[in-house]
Amino acid sequence: MKKLHVLIVDDSSVMRKIVERSLRQAGLELEEVKEASNGAEALTEVQKGSFDLILSDINMPAMDGLEFLRNLANVPSAKSVPVVMITTEGSEARVVEALSVGARGYIRKPFTPEQVKERVAPLVGGGQ
Amino acid sequence: MSLSVNEPVTKIDEHWKGLLECAAVEVFSMMAGLELETFAEPPTDVRGDQTAMVGLAGALCGMITVRCSSKVATKLAAALVGGDASANPSMMSDAMGELANMVAGNFKSKVTNLADRCMLSVPTVISGEDYTLQMMPPTEGFNMVLSLGGEAVWFSLVIHGA
Repeated sequence: MKKLHVLIVDDSSVMRKIVERSLRQAGLELEEVKEASNGAEALTEVQKGSFDLILSDINMPAMDGLEFLRNLANVPSAKSVPVVMITTEGSEARVVEALSVGARGYIRKPFTPEQVKERVAPLVGGGQ
Repeated sequence: MSLSVNEPVTKIDEHWKGLLECAAVEVFSMMAGLELETFAEPPTDVRGDQTAMVGLAGALCGMITVRCSSKVATKLAAALVGGDASANPSMMSDAMGELANMVAGNFKSKVTNLADRCMLSVPTVISGEDYTLQMMPPTEGFNMVLSLGGEAVWFSLVIHGA
């Protein structure tokens, strides 16, 4: 598997670090990790750089994860980048909504590195 | 434990203490690699100078809190993100808030029919021990304490009653 350029979007700096650590513990090789604290910042990062994978929280201030997904669909260079939502909410409705506007998967907190790998690896050419 | 789909929840269910304990144990274990255990002789005074609170709104209105000492909070932050969190107080607060958020989210996902009908607030963290939390009455709730290597971590659920 190639080394990945990843964007992690979460309003919690602790959660961004946890997600990065989990990706590494899951055995994914990361070339570059960029962080954004909301959807608006994430859109700026997407327009500046190129990513293999985006992991995004749903509930965030300024621009939440669902709005970010809707806006991401209008960025031609990012249309094929898989986005995986990370959520604390047990709400099926929000997960379904995220999938309907372009998310390729979701991870519910709490999660293990194995669960992260199971959800993410198939999207970045890593198989099961 | 399941709830009526359209009714607001104004009573603490007898199973919720067990569900909150289960939710907390899972979060600490899966996210921080730390094992919470029951005390053989649990402390009775709710103490700790770090308190993280997450509000519940919707079908169930109330608050879930996680409370512990700064020493334990530093340990939690270090376990969550690695490194030494004692040099970075904001990291400790952020970690406490995230843990409370995940415990609350995990708890409500364990109560059938609640997940889609109850929203969580952004976490708030209080540093300091000399405070009193008061919610609009009537309320009901419970405290429970678990051991993290012999140190107390308190969890509470308070809801607006009928």
